[in-house]
Amino acid sequence: MAMALPLAYASSVVHPFEAGRLSFSTKATKHKKQIYQFRKVTKVLAYYGLTNPPYKLDALEPYMSRRTLELHWGNIHRGYVDSLNKQLANSPLYGCTMEELIKTTFNNGNPLPEYNNAAEVWNHDFFWESMQPNGGRLPWGGVLDQIEKDFGSFSNFRDEFVHSAMMLFGSGWVWLVLKTNERRLSIVRTSNALCPLVWGDIPIISLDMWEHAYYLDYKDDVSKYVNNFMDHLISWHSATARMVRTEAFVNLGEPKIPVA
Amino acid sequence: MQHHTLSCCGGVRPSLPPPPLSFRWSKIKREGGRRLPRCARIAAQLELKPPPYSLSSLEPHMSRETLEYHWGRHHRAHVASLNNLIAGTDLDGMGLDEIVVVSYNKGNPLPLFVHAAQVWNHDFFWQSIKPGGGGRPSGRLMELIERDFGSFDRMLEEFKRAALTQFGSGWAWLVYKANRLDVGNAVNPCPSEKGNKLVVLKSPNAVNPIVWDYSPLLAIDVWEHAYYLDYENRRADYVSIFLEKLVSWEVVSDRLDVAIERAAERAREDETRRQEDDAAVTHSEAVEMYLDSDTDDSEAE
Repeated sequence: MAMALPLAYASSVVHPFEAGRLSFSTKATKHKKQIYQFRKVTKVLAYYGLTNPPYKLDALEPYMSRRTLELHWGNIHRGYVDSLNKQLANSPLYGCTMEELIKTTFNNGNPLPEYNNAAEVWNHDFFWESMQPNGGRLPWGGVLDQIEKDFGSFSNFRDEFVHSAMMLFGSGWVWLVLKTNERRLSIVRTSNALCPLVWGDIPIISLDMWEHAYYLDYKDDVSKYVNNFMDHLISWHSATARMVRTEAFVNLGEPKIPVA
Repeated sequence: MQHHTLSCCGGVRPSLPPPPLSFRWSKIKREGGRRLPRCARIAAQLELKPPPYSLSSLEPHMSRETLEYHWGRHHRAHVASLNNLIAGTDLDGMGLDEIVVVSYNKGNPLPLFVHAAQVWNHDFFWQSIKPGGGGRPSGRLMELIERDFGSFDRMLEEFKRAALTQFGSGWAWLVYKANRLDVGNAVNPCPSEKGNKLVVLKSPNAVNPIVWDYSPLLAIDVWEHAYYLDYENRRADYVSIFLEKLVSWEVVSDRLDVAIERAAERAREDETRRQEDDAAVTHSEAVEMYLDSDTDDSEAE
Protein backbone atom coordinates (compact mmCIF):
# COMPACT_ATOMS: atom_id res chain seq x y z
CA MET A 1 0.00 0.00 0.00
CA ALA A 2 1.70 3.19 -1.13
CA MET A 3 0.99 6.50 0.54
CA ALA A 4 2.15 9.95 -0.42
CA LEU A 5 3.69 11.51 2.66
CA PRO A 6 5.00 14.98 3.46
CA LEU A 7 8.60 15.80 2.72
CA ALA A 8 11.76 14.40 4.22
CA TYR A 9 11.53 13.58 7.88
CA ALA A 10 7.98 12.27 8.28
CA SER A 11 7.91 8.72 9.53
CA SER A 12 6.33 6.13 7.34
CA VAL A 13 4.59 4.29 10.13
CA VAL A 14 1.19 2.89 9.22
CA HIS A 15 -0.78 0.78 11.63
CA PRO A 16 -2.53 -2.20 10.08
CA PHE A 17 -5.24 -1.47 12.56
CA GLU A 18 -6.02 1.71 10.60
CA ALA A 19 -5.62 0.02 7.28
CA GLY A 20 -7.93 -2.73 8.45
CA ARG A 21 -10.62 -0.29 9.41
CA LEU A 22 -10.55 1.46 6.05
CA SER A 23 -10.87 -1.70 3.98
CA PHE A 24 -13.41 -3.47 6.16
CA SER A 25 -15.80 -0.55 6.47
CA THR A 26 -18.05 -1.67 3.64
CA LYS A 27 -18.24 -5.39 4.54
CA ALA A 28 -21.44 -7.13 5.76
CA THR A 29 -22.39 -7.46 9.44
CA LYS A 30 -21.38 -11.09 9.75
CA HIS A 31 -17.80 -9.95 9.31
CA LYS A 32 -18.02 -7.55 12.21
CA LYS A 33 -17.48 -10.37 14.68
CA GLN A 34 -14.31 -11.25 12.86
CA ILE A 35 -13.22 -7.63 13.00
CA TYR A 36 -13.88 -7.52 16.73
CA GLN A 37 -11.78 -10.56 17.20
CA PHE A 38 -9.19 -9.06 14.87
CA ARG A 39 -9.10 -5.92 16.98
CA LYS A 40 -8.88 -7.71 20.30
CA VAL A 41 -6.39 -10.39 19.49
CA THR A 42 -3.95 -8.72 17.11
CA LYS A 43 -0.82 -7.25 18.59
CA VAL A 44 -0.30 -3.81 17.05
CA LEU A 45 2.67 -4.05 14.74
CA ALA A 46 4.04 -0.92 13.12
CA TYR A 47 5.37 -1.49 9.68
CA TYR A 48 6.74 0.68 6.94
CA GLY A 49 5.21 1.40 3.60
CA LEU A 50 6.73 2.16 0.24
CA THR A 51 6.30 5.85 -0.51
CA ASN A 52 5.84 7.04 -4.09
CA PRO A 53 8.30 9.38 -5.66
CA PRO A 54 6.69 12.82 -6.03
CA TYR A 55 6.55 12.53 -9.82
CA LYS A 56 5.58 9.93 -12.41
CA LEU A 57 8.10 7.26 -13.27
CA ASP A 58 8.74 8.67 -16.73
CA ALA A 59 8.94 12.29 -15.57
CA LEU A 60 12.73 12.29 -15.33
CA GLU A 61 13.30 11.23 -18.92
CA PRO A 62 15.71 11.45 -20.69
CA TYR A 63 18.12 11.79 -17.75
CA MET A 64 16.73 8.88 -15.82
CA SER A 65 14.61 6.48 -17.81
CA ARG A 66 11.27 5.06 -16.83
CA ARG A 67 12.69 1.55 -16.85
CA THR A 68 15.41 2.53 -14.39
CA LEU A 69 12.80 3.96 -12.03
CA GLU A 70 10.54 0.95 -12.45
CA LEU A 71 13.37 -1.29 -11.35
CA HIS A 72 15.05 1.01 -8.88
CA TRP A 73 11.89 2.08 -7.08
CA GLY A 74 9.50 -0.72 -7.95
CA ASN A 75 11.83 -3.66 -7.34
CA ILE A 76 14.86 -2.60 -5.39
CA HIS A 77 13.36 0.01 -3.06
CA ARG A 78 10.25 -2.09 -2.60
CA GLY A 79 12.49 -5.08 -1.88
CA TYR A 80 14.19 -3.21 0.95
CA VAL A 81 10.83 -2.24 2.45
CA ASP A 82 9.59 -5.83 2.33
CA SER A 83 12.81 -7.21 3.78
CA LEU A 84 12.71 -4.65 6.58
CA ASN A 85 9.15 -5.50 7.49
CA LYS A 86 9.97 -9.18 7.49
CA GLN A 87 12.93 -8.61 9.78
CA LEU A 88 10.94 -6.38 12.12
CA ALA A 89 8.14 -8.92 12.48
CA ASN A 90 10.34 -10.85 14.89
CA SER A 91 12.28 -8.02 16.37
CA PRO A 92 11.77 -5.68 19.34
CA LEU A 93 12.66 -2.71 17.15
CA TYR A 94 9.21 -1.88 15.82
CA GLY A 95 7.44 1.35 16.62
CA CYS A 96 10.26 3.74 15.78
CA THR A 97 10.33 6.49 13.26
CA MET A 98 12.67 5.78 10.39
CA GLU A 99 15.37 8.04 11.76
CA GLU A 100 15.24 6.48 15.21
CA LEU A 101 15.39 3.07 13.63
CA ILE A 102 18.44 3.97 11.58
CA LYS A 103 20.30 5.40 14.56
CA THR A 104 19.42 2.47 16.78
CA THR A 105 20.31 -0.20 14.27
CA PHE A 106 23.55 1.57 13.36
CA ASN A 107 24.55 0.79 16.90
CA ASN A 108 27.51 3.19 16.91
CA GLY A 109 29.32 1.50 14.06
CA ASN A 110 28.48 -2.10 14.85
CA PRO A 111 25.34 -2.35 12.75
CA LEU A 112 22.54 -4.76 13.49
CA PRO A 113 21.14 -6.86 10.65
CA GLU A 114 18.18 -4.49 10.16
CA TYR A 115 20.43 -1.52 9.50
CA ASN A 116 21.03 -2.04 5.80
CA ASN A 117 17.36 -2.42 5.00
CA ALA A 118 16.23 0.47 7.19
CA ALA A 119 18.88 2.83 5.93
CA GLU A 120 18.32 1.96 2.30
CA VAL A 121 14.58 2.54 2.64
CA TRP A 122 15.23 5.98 4.08
CA ASN A 123 18.04 6.75 1.63
CA HIS A 124 15.87 5.97 -1.35
CA ASP A 125 12.91 8.02 -0.06
CA PHE A 126 15.32 10.89 0.39
CA PHE A 127 16.83 10.38 -3.04
CA TRP A 128 13.51 10.44 -4.92
CA GLU A 129 12.69 13.69 -3.20
CA SER A 130 16.12 15.12 -3.99
CA MET A 131 15.20 15.04 -7.66
CA GLN A 132 12.47 16.62 -9.73
CA PRO A 133 11.56 16.96 -13.38
CA ASN A 134 13.10 20.16 -14.77
CA GLY A 135 15.49 20.30 -11.90
CA GLY A 136 19.12 21.23 -11.82
CA ARG A 137 20.61 24.59 -12.55
CA LEU A 138 21.10 26.98 -9.65
CA PRO A 139 19.70 27.25 -6.18
CA TRP A 140 18.53 30.62 -4.92
CA GLY A 141 18.09 32.63 -1.75
CA GLY A 142 19.31 31.17 1.53
CA VAL A 143 20.60 27.96 0.02
CA LEU A 144 22.71 29.77 -2.53
CA ASP A 145 24.01 32.12 0.14
CA GLN A 146 24.96 29.25 2.39
CA ILE A 147 26.67 27.39 -0.45
CA GLU A 148 28.63 30.45 -1.42
CA LYS A 149 29.59 31.00 2.18
CA ASP A 150 30.77 27.43 2.71
CA PHE A 151 32.28 26.57 -0.68
CA GLY A 152 33.31 29.94 -2.04
CA SER A 153 31.08 29.75 -5.09
CA PHE A 154 28.43 27.55 -6.57
CA SER A 155 30.78 26.23 -9.24
CA ASN A 156 33.30 25.20 -6.54
CA PHE A 157 30.55 23.29 -4.83
CA ARG A 158 29.48 21.69 -8.09
CA ASP A 159 33.02 20.63 -8.97
CA GLU A 160 33.58 19.21 -5.52
CA PHE A 161 30.33 17.27 -5.63
CA VAL A 162 31.11 15.78 -9.04
CA HIS A 163 34.67 14.97 -7.98
CA SER A 164 33.46 13.25 -4.83
CA ALA A 165 31.04 11.15 -6.84
CA MET A 166 33.76 10.11 -9.28
CA MET A 167 36.10 9.15 -6.44
CA LEU A 168 33.66 6.72 -4.90
CA PHE A 169 34.71 3.10 -5.39
CA GLY A 170 32.08 0.42 -5.06
CA SER A 171 28.50 1.20 -4.05
CA GLY A 172 27.50 4.21 -2.05
CA TRP A 173 25.99 7.69 -1.92
CA VAL A 174 27.17 11.27 -2.21
CA TRP A 175 25.53 13.81 0.07
CA LEU A 176 25.31 17.51 0.58
CA VAL A 177 24.92 17.66 4.35
CA LEU A 178 24.71 20.33 6.95
CA LYS A 179 27.20 19.39 9.62
CA THR A 180 25.53 20.16 12.92
CA ASN A 181 28.72 20.57 14.91
CA GLU A 182 30.59 22.68 12.41
CA ARG A 183 27.39 24.47 11.35
CA ARG A 184 28.29 24.45 7.71
CA LEU A 185 27.44 22.65 4.53
CA SER A 186 29.76 19.89 3.44
CA ILE A 187 29.99 17.14 0.85
CA VAL A 188 30.18 13.62 2.21
CA ARG A 189 30.68 10.31 0.44
CA THR A 190 29.40 7.14 2.10
CA SER A 191 29.65 3.46 1.24
CA ASN A 192 26.86 0.96 0.77
CA ALA A 193 23.97 1.99 3.03
CA LEU A 194 25.73 4.40 5.34
CA CYS A 195 23.71 7.55 5.99
CA PRO A 196 24.94 10.83 7.57
CA LEU A 197 22.00 10.74 9.98
CA VAL A 198 23.95 8.31 12.09
CA TRP A 199 26.47 11.04 12.86
CA GLY A 200 23.76 13.54 13.67
CA ASP A 201 24.33 15.50 10.47
CA ILE A 202 21.42 16.69 8.38
CA PRO A 203 21.33 15.65 4.73
CA ILE A 204 20.15 18.22 2.21
CA ILE A 205 20.63 16.45 -1.12
CA SER A 206 21.73 12.94 -2.02
CA LEU A 207 22.88 11.12 -5.13
CA ASP A 208 22.69 7.34 -5.43
CA MET A 209 25.99 6.01 -6.78
CA TRP A 210 25.07 2.34 -6.65
CA GLU A 211 25.42 1.00 -10.17
CA HIS A 212 21.77 0.06 -10.33
CA ALA A 213 20.94 3.77 -10.28
CA TYR A 214 22.60 4.55 -13.59
CA TYR A 215 23.77 1.41 -15.36
CA LEU A 216 20.83 1.00 -17.70
CA ASP A 217 20.98 4.62 -18.82
CA TYR A 218 24.67 5.44 -18.74
CA LYS A 219 26.47 2.10 -18.40
CA ASP A 220 29.96 2.99 -17.26
CA ASP A 221 29.79 6.71 -18.07
CA VAL A 222 29.56 7.84 -14.48
CA SER A 223 30.65 11.37 -15.21
CA LYS A 224 27.71 11.93 -17.55
CA TYR A 225 25.28 10.59 -14.95
CA VAL A 226 26.58 12.89 -12.24
CA ASN A 227 26.68 15.92 -14.49
CA ASN A 228 23.14 15.27 -15.71
CA PHE A 229 22.03 14.98 -12.12
CA MET A 230 23.57 18.36 -11.30
CA ASP A 231 22.29 20.05 -14.45
CA HIS A 232 18.83 18.56 -14.86
CA LEU A 233 17.60 16.53 -11.92
CA ILE A 234 18.64 17.98 -8.59
CA SER A 235 15.71 19.54 -6.80
CA TRP A 236 16.68 22.84 -5.21
CA HIS A 237 13.09 23.21 -4.07
CA SER A 238 13.54 20.18 -1.82
CA ALA A 239 16.92 21.44 -0.71
CA THR A 240 15.41 24.79 0.24
CA ALA A 241 12.60 23.18 2.22
CA ARG A 242 15.09 20.98 4.05
CA MET A 243 17.40 23.90 4.79
CA VAL A 244 14.49 25.88 6.22
CA ARG A 245 13.65 22.97 8.46
CA THR A 246 17.26 22.56 9.43
CA GLU A 247 17.45 26.09 10.72
CA ALA A 248 15.08 25.05 13.49
CA PHE A 249 17.80 22.73 14.76
CA VAL A 250 21.06 24.41 13.87
CA ASN A 251 22.04 27.99 14.43
CA LEU A 252 23.57 29.13 11.17
CA GLY A 253 24.40 32.58 12.41
CA GLU A 254 22.80 35.96 12.19
CA PRO A 255 20.87 36.70 9.02
CA LYS A 256 22.22 39.47 6.87
CA ILE A 257 19.79 42.28 7.54
CA PRO A 258 20.46 45.17 5.22
CA VAL A 259 21.13 48.42 7.01
CA ALA A 260 18.82 51.18 5.81
CA MET B 1 52.26 -11.09 -18.68
CA GLN B 2 54.46 -8.04 -18.86
CA HIS B 3 56.99 -6.57 -21.21
CA HIS B 4 59.50 -3.94 -20.26
CA THR B 5 60.16 -0.85 -22.32
CA LEU B 6 62.78 1.70 -21.61
CA SER B 7 61.44 5.06 -22.66
CA CYS B 8 64.05 7.67 -23.19
CA CYS B 9 63.67 11.22 -24.32
CA GLY B 10 65.11 10.30 -27.65
CA GLY B 11 68.74 11.04 -27.05
CA VAL B 12 71.57 8.70 -26.24
CA ARG B 13 72.94 10.63 -23.29
CA PRO B 14 71.58 9.31 -19.97
CA SER B 15 70.18 11.86 -17.57
CA LEU B 16 70.71 11.87 -13.81
CA PRO B 17 70.28 8.38 -12.35
CA PRO B 18 66.92 7.82 -10.68
CA PRO B 19 66.88 8.10 -6.88
CA PRO B 20 67.08 4.81 -4.91
CA LEU B 21 63.89 2.73 -5.02
CA SER B 22 62.86 3.05 -1.38
CA PHE B 23 63.23 6.79 -1.46
CA ARG B 24 61.17 6.99 -4.61
CA TRP B 25 58.31 4.99 -3.21
CA SER B 26 57.95 6.93 0.04
CA LYS B 27 58.29 10.21 -1.81
CA ILE B 28 55.69 9.19 -4.30
CA LYS B 29 53.37 8.05 -1.54
CA ARG B 30 53.70 11.41 0.19
CA GLU B 31 53.17 13.40 -2.96
CA GLY B 32 50.35 11.18 -4.11
CA GLY B 33 51.96 9.69 -7.17
CA ARG B 34 54.56 12.06 -8.60
CA ARG B 35 56.33 10.49 -11.51
CA LEU B 36 60.02 10.14 -12.19
CA PRO B 37 61.57 12.31 -14.86
CA ARG B 38 60.47 10.94 -18.19
CA CYS B 39 63.93 10.13 -19.46
CA ALA B 40 64.62 7.71 -16.65
CA ARG B 41 61.29 5.92 -16.57
CA ILE B 42 61.16 2.16 -17.00
CA ALA B 43 57.63 1.27 -17.94
CA ALA B 44 56.49 -2.29 -17.28
CA GLN B 45 53.08 -2.44 -18.77
CA LEU B 46 50.50 -4.90 -17.56
CA GLU B 47 48.26 -5.93 -20.39
CA LEU B 48 44.54 -6.42 -20.67
CA LYS B 49 44.23 -10.18 -21.24
CA PRO B 50 41.28 -11.14 -23.42
CA PRO B 51 38.96 -13.87 -22.15
CA PRO B 52 39.70 -17.31 -23.64
CA TYR B 53 36.55 -17.19 -25.77
CA SER B 54 34.88 -14.65 -28.05
CA LEU B 55 32.73 -11.94 -26.53
CA SER B 56 29.51 -13.32 -27.98
CA SER B 57 30.11 -16.96 -27.15
CA LEU B 58 28.51 -16.81 -23.70
CA GLU B 59 25.11 -15.82 -25.09
CA PRO B 60 22.36 -16.00 -23.98
CA HIS B 61 23.62 -16.34 -20.40
CA MET B 62 25.97 -13.39 -20.57
CA SER B 63 25.39 -11.12 -23.52
CA ARG B 64 28.01 -9.73 -25.84
CA GLU B 65 27.06 -6.25 -24.73
CA THR B 66 27.80 -7.10 -21.11
CA LEU B 67 31.21 -8.46 -22.07
CA GLU B 68 31.96 -5.46 -24.25
CA TYR B 69 31.33 -3.16 -21.31
CA HIS B 70 32.52 -5.37 -18.48
CA TRP B 71 35.76 -6.52 -20.11
CA GLY B 72 36.16 -3.83 -22.75
CA ARG B 73 35.58 -0.85 -20.49
CA HIS B 74 35.58 -1.66 -16.78
CA HIS B 75 38.42 -4.17 -16.82
CA ARG B 76 40.38 -2.14 -19.35
CA ALA B 77 40.03 1.02 -17.27
CA HIS B 78 41.47 -0.74 -14.23
CA VAL B 79 44.44 -1.96 -16.26
CA ALA B 80 45.10 1.55 -17.53
CA SER B 81 44.79 3.09 -14.05
CA LEU B 82 47.05 0.45 -12.57
CA ASN B 83 49.74 1.00 -15.18
CA ASN B 84 49.50 4.71 -14.58
CA LEU B 85 49.86 4.37 -10.84
CA ILE B 86 52.73 1.90 -10.75
CA ALA B 87 54.81 3.52 -13.47
CA GLY B 88 58.13 4.52 -12.00
CA THR B 89 57.49 3.08 -8.56
CA ASP B 90 58.77 0.04 -6.68
CA LEU B 91 55.85 -2.02 -7.91
CA ASP B 92 56.73 -1.48 -11.53
CA GLY B 93 57.95 -4.83 -12.89
CA MET B 94 56.45 -6.97 -10.12
CA GLY B 95 54.02 -9.76 -10.91
CA LEU B 96 50.35 -8.95 -10.48
CA ASP B 97 49.90 -11.28 -7.49
CA GLU B 98 52.73 -9.57 -5.70
CA ILE B 99 51.41 -6.10 -6.51
CA VAL B 100 48.02 -7.05 -5.07
CA VAL B 101 49.45 -8.39 -1.83
CA VAL B 102 51.93 -5.56 -1.35
CA SER B 103 49.39 -2.83 -2.08
CA TYR B 104 46.86 -4.46 0.27
CA ASN B 105 49.38 -3.53 2.92
CA LYS B 106 47.88 -5.88 5.52
CA GLY B 107 44.49 -4.20 5.55
CA ASN B 108 45.57 -0.60 5.06
CA PRO B 109 45.47 -0.56 1.30
CA LEU B 110 47.27 1.88 -0.92
CA PRO B 111 45.16 3.75 -3.48
CA LEU B 112 46.34 1.52 -6.32
CA PHE B 113 45.11 -1.61 -4.53
CA VAL B 114 41.61 -1.34 -5.97
CA HIS B 115 42.94 -1.29 -9.50
CA ALA B 116 45.45 -4.09 -9.00
CA ALA B 117 42.92 -6.29 -7.28
CA GLN B 118 40.19 -5.64 -9.82
CA VAL B 119 42.57 -6.51 -12.68
CA TRP B 120 43.46 -9.74 -10.88
CA ASN B 121 39.86 -10.53 -10.03
CA HIS B 122 38.57 -9.98 -13.52
CA ASP B 123 41.33 -12.05 -15.13
CA PHE B 124 40.42 -14.81 -12.70
CA PHE B 125 36.71 -14.39 -13.40
CA TRP B 126 36.95 -14.62 -17.20
CA GLN B 127 38.98 -17.79 -16.88
CA SER B 128 36.47 -19.32 -14.48
CA ILE B 129 33.73 -19.44 -17.11
CA LYS B 130 33.38 -20.80 -20.59
CA PRO B 131 30.76 -21.37 -23.24
CA GLY B 132 28.93 -24.60 -22.55
CA GLY B 133 30.00 -24.59 -18.93
CA GLY B 134 28.16 -25.90 -15.91
CA GLY B 135 27.55 -29.52 -15.14
CA ARG B 136 29.27 -31.21 -12.23
CA PRO B 137 32.90 -31.52 -11.28
CA SER B 138 34.61 -34.87 -10.81
CA GLY B 139 37.74 -36.41 -9.37
CA ARG B 140 39.58 -34.87 -6.47
CA LEU B 141 37.57 -31.66 -6.63
CA MET B 142 34.30 -33.53 -6.19
CA GLU B 143 35.77 -35.61 -3.36
CA LEU B 144 36.87 -32.52 -1.47
CA ILE B 145 33.54 -30.79 -2.09
CA GLU B 146 31.69 -33.76 -0.66
CA ARG B 147 34.09 -34.01 2.23
CA ASP B 148 33.90 -30.35 3.21
CA PHE B 149 30.31 -29.45 2.37
CA GLY B 150 28.46 -32.74 2.58
CA SER B 151 27.31 -32.70 -1.00
CA PHE B 152 27.76 -30.79 -4.22
CA ASP B 153 24.31 -29.23 -3.91
CA ARG B 154 25.07 -28.02 -0.40
CA MET B 155 28.19 -26.33 -1.71
CA LEU B 156 26.19 -24.64 -4.46
CA GLU B 157 23.65 -23.46 -1.88
CA GLU B 158 26.34 -21.95 0.24
CA PHE B 159 27.99 -20.31 -2.74
CA LYS B 160 24.67 -18.84 -3.86
CA ARG B 161 23.96 -17.58 -0.38
CA ALA B 162 27.36 -15.88 -0.18
CA ALA B 163 26.81 -14.26 -3.58
CA LEU B 164 23.35 -13.04 -2.66
CA THR B 165 24.20 -11.73 0.77
CA GLN B 166 27.25 -9.74 -0.30
CA PHE B 167 25.72 -6.32 0.32
CA GLY B 168 26.83 -3.68 -2.13
CA SER B 169 29.58 -4.55 -4.57
CA GLY B 170 31.91 -7.49 -4.21
CA TRP B 171 32.73 -11.08 -5.06
CA ALA B 172 31.90 -14.57 -3.86
CA TRP B 173 34.62 -17.23 -3.85
CA LEU B 174 35.33 -20.90 -3.49
CA VAL B 175 38.81 -21.16 -2.03
CA TYR B 176 41.26 -23.80 -0.85
CA LYS B 177 42.39 -22.83 2.58
CA ALA B 178 45.55 -24.33 3.99
CA ASN B 179 45.61 -24.86 7.75
CA ARG B 180 48.45 -22.55 8.66
CA LEU B 181 49.00 -19.28 10.45
CA ASP B 182 50.69 -16.50 8.60
CA VAL B 183 52.58 -15.42 11.69
CA GLY B 184 56.38 -15.38 11.95
CA ASN B 185 57.62 -18.76 13.02
CA ALA B 186 54.26 -20.33 13.85
CA VAL B 187 54.24 -23.84 12.51
CA ASN B 188 51.41 -26.30 12.38
CA PRO B 189 52.63 -29.14 14.58
CA CYS B 190 50.49 -31.77 12.86
CA PRO B 191 50.31 -30.76 9.27
CA SER B 192 48.11 -32.96 7.16
CA GLU B 193 46.20 -32.54 3.97
CA LYS B 194 43.00 -33.21 5.90
CA GLY B 195 43.48 -29.90 7.69
CA ASN B 196 43.22 -28.00 4.43
CA LYS B 197 39.68 -27.21 3.46
CA LEU B 198 37.47 -25.90 0.73
CA VAL B 199 35.65 -22.82 1.93
CA VAL B 200 33.07 -20.45 0.46
CA LEU B 201 33.53 -16.80 1.27
CA LYS B 202 32.53 -13.38 0.09
CA SER B 203 34.49 -10.16 -0.12
CA PRO B 204 33.53 -6.52 -0.59
CA ASN B 205 34.47 -4.26 -3.48
CA ALA B 206 37.90 -5.31 -4.73
CA VAL B 207 39.20 -7.50 -1.93
CA ASN B 208 40.23 -11.02 -2.87
CA PRO B 209 41.38 -14.06 -0.89
CA ILE B 210 45.01 -14.03 -1.98
CA VAL B 211 45.57 -11.19 0.46
CA TRP B 212 44.67 -13.64 3.23
CA ASP B 213 46.98 -16.24 1.75
CA TYR B 214 44.17 -18.52 0.55
CA SER B 215 44.11 -20.18 -2.86
CA PRO B 216 41.03 -19.11 -4.80
CA LEU B 217 39.43 -21.70 -7.05
CA LEU B 218 36.29 -20.01 -8.35
CA ALA B 219 34.94 -16.47 -8.33
CA ILE B 220 31.70 -14.76 -9.24
CA ASP B 221 31.52 -11.03 -9.77
CA VAL B 222 28.49 -9.63 -7.96
CA TRP B 223 29.13 -5.99 -8.74
CA GLU B 224 25.94 -4.82 -10.42
CA HIS B 225 27.73 -4.01 -13.66
CA ALA B 226 28.34 -7.74 -14.10
CA TYR B 227 24.66 -8.60 -14.43
CA TYR B 228 22.54 -5.49 -14.67
CA LEU B 229 22.28 -5.40 -18.45
CA ASP B 230 21.24 -9.06 -18.68
CA TYR B 231 19.33 -9.69 -15.48
CA GLU B 232 18.51 -6.19 -14.23
CA ASN B 233 18.26 -6.46 -10.47
CA ARG B 234 17.71 -10.23 -10.38
CA ARG B 235 21.00 -11.27 -8.86
CA ALA B 236 19.63 -14.67 -7.87
CA ASP B 237 18.90 -15.57 -11.50
CA TYR B 238 22.37 -14.46 -12.54
CA VAL B 239 24.06 -16.58 -9.86
CA SER B 240 21.97 -19.64 -10.74
CA ILE B 241 22.70 -19.37 -14.45
CA PHE B 242 26.36 -18.79 -13.66
CA LEU B 243 26.53 -22.05 -11.73
CA GLU B 244 24.38 -24.05 -14.12
CA LYS B 245 25.58 -22.85 -17.49
CA LEU B 246 28.86 -20.97 -17.25
CA VAL B 247 31.26 -22.36 -14.66
CA SER B 248 34.25 -24.22 -16.01
CA TRP B 249 34.82 -27.02 -13.51
CA GLU B 250 37.95 -28.12 -15.42
CA VAL B 251 39.65 -24.84 -14.64
CA VAL B 252 38.54 -25.05 -11.02
CA SER B 253 39.96 -28.57 -10.84
CA ASP B 254 43.28 -27.45 -12.28
CA ARG B 255 43.46 -24.65 -9.80
CA LEU B 256 42.76 -27.09 -6.98
CA ASP B 257 45.67 -29.26 -8.08
CA VAL B 258 47.97 -26.25 -8.08
CA ALA B 259 46.65 -25.18 -4.67
CA ILE B 260 47.19 -28.58 -3.13
CA GLU B 261 50.70 -28.72 -4.51
CA ARG B 262 51.43 -25.24 -3.17
CA ALA B 263 50.12 -26.14 0.27
CA ALA B 264 52.18 -29.33 0.32
CA GLU B 265 55.30 -27.45 -0.71
CA ARG B 266 54.83 -24.88 2.02
CA ALA B 267 54.18 -27.56 4.61
CA ARG B 268 57.50 -29.12 3.57
CA GLU B 269 59.26 -25.76 3.88
CA ASP B 270 57.74 -25.23 7.32
CA GLU B 271 58.89 -28.68 8.39
CA THR B 272 62.45 -27.99 7.14
CA ARG B 273 62.54 -24.70 8.92
CA ARG B 274 61.27 -26.26 12.13
CA GLN B 275 63.94 -28.93 11.97
CA GLU B 276 66.61 -26.30 11.40
CA ASP B 277 65.36 -24.28 14.37
CA ASP B 278 65.36 -27.37 16.57
CA ALA B 279 68.91 -28.20 15.48
CA ALA B 280 70.05 -24.65 16.23
CA VAL B 281 68.66 -24.79 19.74
CA THR B 282 70.13 -28.19 20.68
CA HIS B 283 73.57 -27.29 19.37
CA SER B 284 73.68 -23.97 21.04
CA GLU B 285 76.22 -23.49 23.83
CA ALA B 286 74.48 -20.81 25.80
CA VAL B 287 71.88 -22.94 27.51
CA GLU B 288 71.86 -21.32 30.94
CA MET B 289 70.83 -17.79 30.32
CA TYR B 290 69.42 -16.38 33.54
CA LEU B 291 71.70 -17.14 36.44
CA ASP B 292 74.88 -15.11 36.49
CA SER B 293 75.92 -15.79 40.08
CA ASP B 294 75.59 -18.55 42.60
CA THR B 295 74.54 -16.40 45.51
CA ASP B 296 71.01 -15.56 46.36
CA ASP B 297 71.77 -12.01 47.33
CA SER B 298 69.86 -9.45 45.49
CA GLU B 299 71.92 -6.81 43.74
CA ALA B 300 69.63 -4.13 44.95
CA GLU B 301 71.02 -4.20 48.48
